[in-house]
Amino acid sequence: MINWLLIYYPELLAGIFTTLQLMLGSLVVGFIVALLFACLHHTGKKFFTVPINVFVFFIRSTPLLVQLFLIYYGAAQFSLIRDSFLWPLLKEPFICALIGLGINSAAYTTVVLKSAMQAIPRGEIEAAKALGLSPIAILKHIILPRTFIIIWPSYTNEMVLILKATALASTITLLDIMGVTRQLIAKTYDTLTGLLVAGLLYVILTLLIVGICHWVSRRFKRVGW
Amino acid sequence: MLHGYLPQLLAGAWLTLQLATNALMVGLVLTVLGALALNARNRFLHYGAFSLTTLIRGLPELLVLFTVYFGTEILLYKLFNQPVEISNFWAGVLALGIIFGAYGAQVFQQALYTIPRGQQEAATALGLTKWQCYKSIILPQAWRHALPSLGNLTLILIKDTALVSLIGLTDLMSRAQAAASQTQKPFTFYFAVAIIYLVLTAIVELGLHKAERHANRHLRKTP
Repeated sequence: MINWLLIYYPELLAGIFTTLQLMLGSLVVGFIVALLFACLHHTGKKFFTVPINVFVFFIRSTPLLVQLFLIYYGAAQFSLIRDSFLWPLLKEPFICALIGLGINSAAYTTVVLKSAMQAIPRGEIEAAKALGLSPIAILKHIILPRTFIIIWPSYTNEMVLILKATALASTITLLDIMGVTRQLIAKTYDTLTGLLVAGLLYVILTLLIVGICHWVSRRFKRVGW
Repeated sequence: MLHGYLPQLLAGAWLTLQLATNALMVGLVLTVLGALALNARNRFLHYGAFSLTTLIRGLPELLVLFTVYFGTEILLYKLFNQPVEISNFWAGVLALGIIFGAYGAQVFQQALYTIPRGQQEAATALGLTKWQCYKSIILPQAWRHALPSLGNLTLILIKDTALVSLIGLTDLMSRAQAAASQTQKPFTFYFAVAIIYLVLTAIVELGLHKAERHANRHLRKTP
C-alpha cells in the first residue's frame, strides 16, 4: 500500500484535485440554483411551485448514474444540441459531470432550504413587515441569515453525499480518484491495494469536510448567530 | 414502443427489483444486528460496530460495490488457492445490503434509545429472557420510530441498484446501455430508464406511507 502511494502519487494527487474541483463546483452550482428555487417557491405562486416540485421529484426519484448518462450520452442524440455553440462544452465529461451533480445537489438543497424557510416563525416576518421593510429586505436581513443557520447541519450531510457522488463521474470517463484508481488497477492488476487506497482517500476527505463544517458551526455560535 | 426494446427493459427492471428486495432483506438483518452491536455493553463490539458503520458511510457506494465484488473474489482465491467465481448478483446484493445496513444500524440504534429503560426492566421482572424482551417488546416499538428513515434508505437503495450495471449485471441500466448503442438513441433509452425508476420509487413511497400509517394506527384518533 505504501508502495502504491509512493509510485502513483502524482496520478492520485491529480485525481484528488479533480474530485475536489468537481465537488466544490457542483456544490456552488447546486446552491445558487437551489437558493433561486427556494426563494421562488417561497412566494407560493403556483406558476413557480408546481414546476419546482416536479423538478425536485424527478431528480430525487431517479438514480444519479441515469442522470449523468442522460446528460453525457443523451445530449448527443439531438442534432439541435450537436450543432449549437454549446456542443464543445457538452462534449467535455467534466462539464457534464458538473451539470449532473450540480442539478442533483440543487434538487436536494432546494428541499432543505424550503423547509428551513418554513421553519422561521411567522411573527418575525410579520414584525419586519410592520416595520415597513420591503420584501427583498426581509429576505436579505431576516429569512436568509436564519435559513443558513438552520440548514448548516443538513448541508454538511449534502457536502459529504456530493463528495461520494463524484465517484460516479468516473463512469463517464472522468479521471477523479475513482477514475484514476480504475485506470491503475487495469494497469497493475492489484485490485485490492488500489481500492483500499481510494477508500482511504475518500474517508480522509469525508472526515476533513465534517471537521471543517463543525469548526464553522462553532464559529457561528461564537458570533452569536 | 421504444423501437421494440421495451420487453428487454422490463426484463432488466425485473432483475433490478429482485436485486433490491434481496438487498433490502440483507440490509434489514444487518441493520438490526448492527444496532444491537452499537448498543452492546461490550466495548470491542460497540467500537467495532461504530467504526465499521462510520467507515462505510464515508465511502462512495461505487467503491463499496467494487470492493465487495473484486475483494471477495481475491479473498476466496487466497483462501482456497484456486480461482473462485462469485456471482455478480449476490455481490451486488451483499454490497447494497452492507450500505443499507451501515446507515440503518445508526438509525435503528437511535430508535432503540427512544424505548424507555423501564420497559426492559419490567420485562426482566416478569421473567422474560433477553431475547423474548427484544422480540416482543423492544423491536416492535423501535420499528415505528425507525420506519421513516429506513423508508428513505430503501428509496436510496433502489436508486443505488443502477450501479450494479458496472459489475456486469444485465439490469435495467445495462439493458438500456445495450439498446442505446444499437439504436444510437441514448437519450430515449436513458429517459425511459429514468421513468421506470421514477415509477418504482413512487410505488415504494406509497407502500411506505401505508406502512407508516399502519405502524402509527394506535395514535390515530377515532372519530
